Amino acid sequence: MPTFVYMTRCDGCGQCVDICPSDIMHIDKTLRRAYNIEPNMCWECYSCVKACPHHAIDVRGYADFAPLGHSVRVHRDEEKGTIAWRIKFRNGKKDMELLAPITTKPWGECIPHLANESAPADSMRNSELLFNEPKYVAMNDSALPTLESNGLEIKEGVYY
Amino acid sequence: MFNANPFAELSALIPSDVMQMYLIVMVVLVIGGTILDMMHKKSAKYFFENAEKAKKSAKRTVGSGEKVGIAVATLTNEVLTSGEFSNPKRRLSHLLTMYGFIIFVATTAIMIFGLSSEAIVAQLWHIGAIMLCLGGYWFWFFIRVDVNSEGAKWYKLVRADIFIVSLFTTATFALIWSYLQSKGATGSVADMGWTTLFFALFIISNTTLFASVLWSKFAHMFFKPAAAFQKRTTVADGSRENLPQDFDLTDPAVQAKFPDIPEYMGKNPANMGAGIRRESPNHY
Repeated sequence: MPTFVYMTRCDGCGQCVDICPSDIMHIDKTLRRAYNIEPNMCWECYSCVKACPHHAIDVRGYADFAPLGHSVRVHRDEEKGTIAWRIKFRNGKKDMELLAPITTKPWGECIPHLANESAPADSMRNSELLFNEPKYVAMNDSALPTLESNGLEIKEGVYY
Repeated sequence: MFNANPFAELSALIPSDVMQMYLIVMVVLVIGGTILDMMHKKSAKYFFENAEKAKKSAKRTVGSGEKVGIAVATLTNEVLTSGEFSNPKRRLSHLLTMYGFIIFVATTAIMIFGLSSEAIVAQLWHIGAIMLCLGGYWFWFFIRVDVNSEGAKWYKLVRADIFIVSLFTTATFALIWSYLQSKGATGSVADMGWTTLFFALFIISNTTLFASVLWSKFAHMFFKPAAAFQKRTTVADGSRENLPQDFDLTDPAVQAKFPDIPEYMGKNPANMGAGIRRESPNHY
């Protein structure tokens, strides 16, 4: 369900206006606070929810990952390079927290400089692989790639 | 100009009793406006309902000693140093405006009620007005969200601007009036005199500032500290407004619970710096 703004938390900084891919987060002309001008067009991409420095934007999550009425809130910490989610069921008994890395290197320092790379050879041009793509994701002539053929193994439990 | 009490010269025209009465009326207007604002927006009702909701999902009880600590932290961080602003420009502009306003109002009261006739009071009155102008105009022309994030022109006025516009016009007209009065300028603006004109403009903007509390954001100076205190309390009692914890990535317990962290980021992850915050949000 579309995003909504807690008016008492929003300070009108404009981060959500800047990041919204659908350009539907705007600043209210009277209250100077952000709001979703076109909820029908909201994809629930959570970009604004994660970008808001005051956690002023929230979304009511769908029933596909928790029974309706739950709370799903997120804290994106740029300096730590992590994203933390908390899903709390409506009865308050199930309260789950998740934490995952969103970067392993400092922001903006490891962007590949494609212009400085040498021109690709014909073999690379004719290849189906993209620049820097690991070889094991590509099809080969002999067989389908497998975890084993690429020296990988699956781990027990939920792993993402 | 800076050493002269502008109200002392004015008392030849307007009796000091009238000036004192005017000040009292302004205080009454602020109190009345704030109460009406609270009733109209139901902000107090919402605030206490929210606090009650947070209490229900609290994981621990916050003791009275801890509450004092939270109150002190709120005072030193959010109230005195405007720590709530994540944008340093807004924070600085807010500090200039806030302290400018406090100094300006306090010195006005001191001068009008004749509590002190020291030159420092008049100097502080002018410094307060200058700080108000600096913070106010900086905010108005560059930082204001309509201008910064929405690309609106600086001269586009809406009702939400009552507070900031009346604030910096009060300070601007006060300074111009003080300057003209110290120069003895009484020339003819339709025979009214420049000094009188700017004094009238000063009084009009000042009255607008204090009489428009119901429609402006003047009352934020009373309810913002309460909201900041409540926000800190929800962190202390573990309810955190349903937000996730602020995990310490070097904590072995956190690393055991979320094995992705040590696997991809190492046992002691580096500070990744600013990501999208590297650029200010003005790509409208």
